[in-house]
Amino acid sequence: MSAKWAYTLAAIISALIVIAFVLDQVRTVSVLEFSLRYAVPLILAAMVGIICERSGVINIGIEGQMLMSAFAGFFGAAATGNLILGTLIGVGTGMILGAFLAVGAVTWKMDQIIAGTVINILAVGLTSFFYVQGQVLPGTTPTVTIPGLSSIPLIGPVVFSNGLFTYAALIIPLLLWVLLFKTRWGLRTRSVGEKPSASDTSGIGVQSFRFWNVMLAGLLAGMAGAYLSIEAAGTFERGFTAGRGFTALAIMIFGAWNPIGALAAAFFFGLTEGVASQLQADEVVAIPQQFINMLPYVLTIVLLAIVSGRVKPPAAVGRPYEKD
Amino acid sequence: MADRRVLLQASGLTKRFPGVVANEDVSLTLHEGEILALLGENGAGKSTLVKMIYGLYAPDEGEVLIKGEAVRLSGPRDAIRRGIGMVHQHFQLVPVFTVAENVILGDEPIRWPFVNMRKAKAEVARLAEEFGLQVDVDAKVEDLPVGTQQRVEILKALYRKADILIMDEPTAVLTPQETDELLNVLRGFAANGVGVIFITHKLREVLAVADTIEVLRGGKVVGTTTPADTDAAGLAQMMVGRSVLLTVEKSPAETADVVLDVVGLSATNDIGLPAVRDVSLQVRAGEILGIAGVEGNGQRELVQALTGLRTCRAQSITVNGADALGKSPRAIHAMGVGHVPEDRETDGIVGPYSVADNLVLDRYDEPEFARMGVRNRGAVTALADELVGQFDIRTPSSETTAQSLSGGNKQKVVIARELAANPALLIAAQPTRGVDVGSIEFIHSRIVAARDRGAAVLLVSAELDEVLGLADRIAVMYDGRLVETISAEEADRGRIGLLMAGHTAEDS
Repeated sequence: MSAKWAYTLAAIISALIVIAFVLDQVRTVSVLEFSLRYAVPLILAAMVGIICERSGVINIGIEGQMLMSAFAGFFGAAATGNLILGTLIGVGTGMILGAFLAVGAVTWKMDQIIAGTVINILAVGLTSFFYVQGQVLPGTTPTVTIPGLSSIPLIGPVVFSNGLFTYAALIIPLLLWVLLFKTRWGLRTRSVGEKPSASDTSGIGVQSFRFWNVMLAGLLAGMAGAYLSIEAAGTFERGFTAGRGFTALAIMIFGAWNPIGALAAAFFFGLTEGVASQLQADEVVAIPQQFINMLPYVLTIVLLAIVSGRVKPPAAVGRPYEKD
Repeated sequence: MADRRVLLQASGLTKRFPGVVANEDVSLTLHEGEILALLGENGAGKSTLVKMIYGLYAPDEGEVLIKGEAVRLSGPRDAIRRGIGMVHQHFQLVPVFTVAENVILGDEPIRWPFVNMRKAKAEVARLAEEFGLQVDVDAKVEDLPVGTQQRVEILKALYRKADILIMDEPTAVLTPQETDELLNVLRGFAANGVGVIFITHKLREVLAVADTIEVLRGGKVVGTTTPADTDAAGLAQMMVGRSVLLTVEKSPAETADVVLDVVGLSATNDIGLPAVRDVSLQVRAGEILGIAGVEGNGQRELVQALTGLRTCRAQSITVNGADALGKSPRAIHAMGVGHVPEDRETDGIVGPYSVADNLVLDRYDEPEFARMGVRNRGAVTALADELVGQFDIRTPSSETTAQSLSGGNKQKVVIARELAANPALLIAAQPTRGVDVGSIEFIHSRIVAARDRGAAVLLVSAELDEVLGLADRIAVMYDGRLVETISAEEADRGRIGLLMAGHTAEDS
């Protein structure tokens, strides 16, 4: 996807949002709030994909990492009666699963797709088996409203009055962009994902870079999971992540492995879903609910068909590093 | 050299891998300002030796002294810290990074918390200036020609303040002019007190630039000499262990009818850009047409187009008068076209198949080798055993898997298969790439024999010496065009070099 194309699209969408806001303030804000809520786990999960793939490791297990984290976070909070503790349990679970993938895909040099699939299958099995009905959270997560900024029209109520994970999801992509493209860690991470033999001969430890990055990314997958069950929904059901981990991989590609690109792509996904839901709620269009629910999946396929071949993945992605 | 400071001394180095001794009791000494050539065939142990010096392998026995200090290197990082720089045969550069990013990778200037790119660029530009290695620090490496990429590799070593520079087969990818430039740069380093270890199997370069020559064979040092005390024939004999014919003996070509006739062929490369532009050529029975040129100027696409592996546009392509344009590879093969592909590992052999099966890959289904879909193993083995003997393929048996053979013997399998059918036209792309000197001699003699039998031969090679030695007529390919065709007698290394670098016939 060329940058020009992306900027044009972003400009058109922004203009449409402003026009909509002028026409109907209440509905526009509500659609945008919905869109952001929808986008948050996708953003965080896409960052997981970006960190892993920029390091040369495919993480197809994001879905499973999120699902287990959502599960552990929710039941951790319910069992301990402490939301913060539950959240930490959820995030920690993500990191443990990151380490799980790192051991398989990096240390043991397993086929990376299989290593990720193992996590996905394990997650579905464990979270279904240990699922208990009727648990409730000890309260709700706080909404942090930033004084001043939150009174900006349109942007204020949407962006500056949210839970902590939502703020994190908006800040982390910017931070990750700076880390990837401006710091030593980023230069080395990208070299490891593009041409690990060049990193190795320059004295960079390819294996350890990949290991720690995959584990670190697991932490973000944990945040995405904990957000879903604790901050967004306040509940947990079987199959709760509903393919968001895979959608996030599509968003990563759509955003050309760039954190800011993925942030925009995730919001675009959310917006599509938000607009469709609003139209249906208003009975403007009589589409059955099932078709609305299909929307993110259809959109994923369409977008991937458009961008595939136009963006280039990191050259060494998917290949365990072997010294010659 | 004896009065200069010793930069590096290795003594009694031995490295064993399961089943082979890669290096046995190897020693070398490198002084300040010395260019030491390590000469040897593929598999002679040159790479293993320098990998031990660079810390990529730990020696099983022996010791390495760097500037008088005995060291046990823990890895490249350690070697770099002690002033050893290595320019690898396969460039270790990140294609999507800029020149400056590649040079600083692993040793980045920092202005916390960021990489100080401004300082990095200034430093790289200063080094490039100082050592006469012109390069744009902001250019992306993937956009640069290989000669420039190599400069980036050298800059990487210089940036790390290397005073011992190891160059692994640095001229394999260069034009003759680029090679001369590089040799000059190396002389400049030596004048500045840098010690250079120069690995190659090209005798001409060794004689031109080395102060000291150490020859390896079968993992052992077989001799140390200087250019003043030896010549090409002497070095070749040391490398191979017997006397070798460096020039191909051949009689003048006796040409007959046109076999391959190509008019106006154009083709694109893998990403859809024009690679072959309006090429016309003719090859007659009984002659070898050699196509010289730096790799990546469309030779690969030309060969693929002619053998049916790549779609192309052309006014006509005929083989012995029959239309070959748009035919499948199999149909073209059936017209009497043999093909030695440039990448034998992927296109020439099926690694996990036996040598015998590889030898009948193109004919396994013919009545002689199969009846009603059932293979006649006996006939296959009989033919294979015959070809193994005839083409001197060194293999434990014809049932051994092809992938376990050495590069030279794999190539002999390909050559044997393609020549066994007595093709009217042989298209040979880089037929001796990565092949040892002894096998090169053999393969060359086979190609000449095919010519003498009356076959038309189209030889595509990036090795100018090979083209000069074998071809009866020489065409130079640059940027997708055949820029000029010269008869072999008139061929002149310097002029062809200029044509390969894109100079037109007028200004050469």
